Amino acid sequence: MKKAINVTVNGVGHNDEVEPRMLLVHYLRDVLGLTGTHVGCETSLCGACTVLLDGQAVKSCTMFSVQADGASVKTIEGFASNGDLHPVQEGFWERHGLQCGYCTPGMIVSAAQLLDRNANPSREEICHGLEGNLCRCTGYQHIIEAVEYAAKKAAG
Amino acid sequence: MADKYVGRRVKRTEDPRLIKGLAHYVDDIKLPDTLHVAFVRSIYAHARINNVDVSEALNVPGVVAVYTGKDVADKVGPVPCASALPDLKVPDHRVLAKDKVYFVGHPIAAVVATDRYAARDAVDLVMVDYDDLPAVVDVEQAAAGSTVIHESFGDNIAYKMSSGEGDIEAALSSADKVIKQRILHRRLAPIAMEPRGVLARYYPGEEELTVWSSTQIPHLLRTQLALMIGIPENKLRVITPEVGGGFGSKLNVYPEEALLGWISMQLGKPVKWIETRRENIQATIHGRGQVGDIEIACKNDGTLLGLRYNVIADLGAYHQLLTPAIPTLTGLMLSGAYKIPAIQINITACFTNKMATDAYRGAGRPEATYVVERALDLVAAELGVDPAEVRRKNFPAANEFPFHTATGLDYDSGDYEAALNKAQQIVDYKTLREEQKRLRAEGRLIGVGVSTYVEICALGPSQAMPAGGWESATVRIEPTGKVTILTGASPHGQGQETSFAQIAADELGVDLNDVTVIHGDTGVVQYGIGTFGSRATAVGGTAVLVAIQKLKAKASKIAAHILQTDATRLSFEGGKYSLEKAAASAAGASEPVVPVGEAPAAALPEPETNGRTSLTIQEIALAAHLAKELPPDTEPGLSATYFFEPKNFTFPFGTHIVVVEVDRETGDIKFLRYVAVDDCGKVINPMLVDGQLHGGICQSIGQAMYEEVVYDEQGQLVSGTLMDYALPRASHVPNFELDRTETPSPVNPLGIKGVGEAGTIGATPAIVGAIVDALSPFGVKHLDMPIKPETIWKAINTSH
Repeated sequence: MKKAINVTVNGVGHNDEVEPRMLLVHYLRDVLGLTGTHVGCETSLCGACTVLLDGQAVKSCTMFSVQADGASVKTIEGFASNGDLHPVQEGFWERHGLQCGYCTPGMIVSAAQLLDRNANPSREEICHGLEGNLCRCTGYQHIIEAVEYAAKKAAG
Repeated sequence: MADKYVGRRVKRTEDPRLIKGLAHYVDDIKLPDTLHVAFVRSIYAHARINNVDVSEALNVPGVVAVYTGKDVADKVGPVPCASALPDLKVPDHRVLAKDKVYFVGHPIAAVVATDRYAARDAVDLVMVDYDDLPAVVDVEQAAAGSTVIHESFGDNIAYKMSSGEGDIEAALSSADKVIKQRILHRRLAPIAMEPRGVLARYYPGEEELTVWSSTQIPHLLRTQLALMIGIPENKLRVITPEVGGGFGSKLNVYPEEALLGWISMQLGKPVKWIETRRENIQATIHGRGQVGDIEIACKNDGTLLGLRYNVIADLGAYHQLLTPAIPTLTGLMLSGAYKIPAIQINITACFTNKMATDAYRGAGRPEATYVVERALDLVAAELGVDPAEVRRKNFPAANEFPFHTATGLDYDSGDYEAALNKAQQIVDYKTLREEQKRLRAEGRLIGVGVSTYVEICALGPSQAMPAGGWESATVRIEPTGKVTILTGASPHGQGQETSFAQIAADELGVDLNDVTVIHGDTGVVQYGIGTFGSRATAVGGTAVLVAIQKLKAKASKIAAHILQTDATRLSFEGGKYSLEKAAASAAGASEPVVPVGEAPAAALPEPETNGRTSLTIQEIALAAHLAKELPPDTEPGLSATYFFEPKNFTFPFGTHIVVVEVDRETGDIKFLRYVAVDDCGKVINPMLVDGQLHGGICQSIGQAMYEEVVYDEQGQLVSGTLMDYALPRASHVPNFELDRTETPSPVNPLGIKGVGEAGTIGATPAIVGAIVDALSPFGVKHLDMPIKPETIWKAINTSH
């Protein structure tokens, strides 16, 4: 039995009928074709699937798409505007905050929320804010520097 | 002319698509009518299969087919093992289990359905009737062999091998000291953030099969899949789209890759399988897995005389591509950075009821470095001297290279003392040791760990490799002047789209953004070997360089012809061939002549030639394609291909110094300093080198302090999710202080040694050494990894 949902994703409204058990990440990836959000663990530990749900970072592999009914979702594809990178995206590029790139969308989403809450975080606060995101390539140092870059950039 | 690109921190050209979420990993490729595959996997470590009943599964709406081991036994060939060792026992490794299962996660049946949820539903309805058997889990018990896994072999020993040079018995009997230590290298899971994934599409009309796979070795995979499936290799195309990390785990040929190809051929539709993380920890190769006994012989002054390493290697149930070879790589590197006149390794490699071990970042070499570095620490502790000084005493001097080891290698170049000196300077070693003494007197547990590692990279000469050790490149300049590089290396995060473009942009004098690097598609790229063993830049980058040199040799002939001079009178600079000054004035040419008249609108522009004294490489490319003004016997077009065969491995090295503080109440370990001075030869892009080191050291931190694949006594996988298999997170890593020395390798013209695995090889013993040093007031001389708070508590509370 499918259920109708209405979700706004990156500013665009979508009305779809989905199986109640369909995960939000599969709705984004397979129904809407927004494949920037990745699946890395299915147990909400790696954070590759992180998106913003009404402004809150959530792991889209551990919630159902029906739970997003009526909500506004922002995925990695919604971060650059008019061709301009978001400061966090820019930081990741400038500071080599990625290698294979698989964890990167989730990292960027988490880092953006972290900076929304704390515009000038310390190294410890950045590490704490990224506790929910795993990276196997970078050893995190360049990710931390990328977030510091974004904080500085946003402060002008 | 722009500054040179090589040696600069150039931002990666691959990044924009990745940071915008617009890159394509396997699961991001959507083909119409794709069917989804899910696997039924063994819940037992060792069991006989009486029956597999698929009838209920077939009734699930959306299920199209279910294939069992019986269905495919004579259709899909065995999973290959490329290691050829004398008297190696090679089990018949079928893509699906038929009569017996040998490890938890062993694939038994493949369910194909119209969507992934239906496939997963049906997996639970496949009824497997098992008779469970005693599981062989402990590798030492496997060697003893009361239960035999592969019955026809009679025991669980896959092979035994001894190697090394020098008289080890004499060294051990004549030494002032012989120190013994048992050490464990736990099984680790590589955990690439993108699990494996395969998409296969058969085109019945063309009789062609395309397989998209998250792999490090597209061409080797194509060859092997062609043999397994029985399709001509030239009708099979393997594409590696974006690959989300590998670390050796995707340097392999897996059952699922062949099965998906075969299923697509049966059903005539695209089929996709995306590995879950649970499957990834069960059925993607593990790394390490050795139990070893070290004996190190030395004089009272610290001079090393001999090293013996008796090791039992846990291979798992089957051989994957390189499984048996990994312990032999440990044997190769047992001399470390030291003069050790006699070395012997005795390997007993055993089957167990677990997933296969194979190449995980470092692949046998981290084990060797750990053995040697721990041994040196034990010598230092026994003799009461500083661990840095024992190391310094036994280094070969910089003028002793090429340095021959008792493991049969010839190290290419090195200055080990320079790296040690630099690292000691950075930490202010003398003051650090005094400070440690002072704080220790206050009761604080401060430890300093030193590792002076050497590794073997740029794999490697083909004579020493199972399937070719060369790498290939094609470089071509298109009619519009854009440069295309096709590399046989298959990078997956290392950044060669940028670093190879840096090499090409400098050599051709073009803008970096005019260079595109294409890789990972056997339908487009000439045969290549792949990315592993810290080889892509040292071997593949050299292929790019030499291909460019070949291309330029042709370009200069064309330039000479058009400029009506001799190629020897042309100089190349800033992307231009110019008549040398004297020659130019003799020719009487001055300003370039502006061409007169209009070219037909649809035609390509004519190259400007007459009266000119110089031609850009782009103008030559156009002329080469128009082919109206070529020297006699010159082929049209401007491209060159080169297959580079290295004459030796390369041997990067360095010194890592770690300072930790251990909390005696909680067992918590805090990094106070992490200093790494690495020498990877010449550097193309320092930013990428830093990134490789950070990531490698982080994986070492995981190995030293967190990670372990745990099977219980029944062979059940206890650490089966990321909830139970602990990976380092951002707050677990220190601020890395990196520096370098630069000793060019004579093995390749770029002088590159390689850096992909340095971090995982050099760091682990330094971290363990630091923790052991912190606990030395309690008489602790060695601790086995992973060193957890519990380990610390036990060490403190059992040594009193």
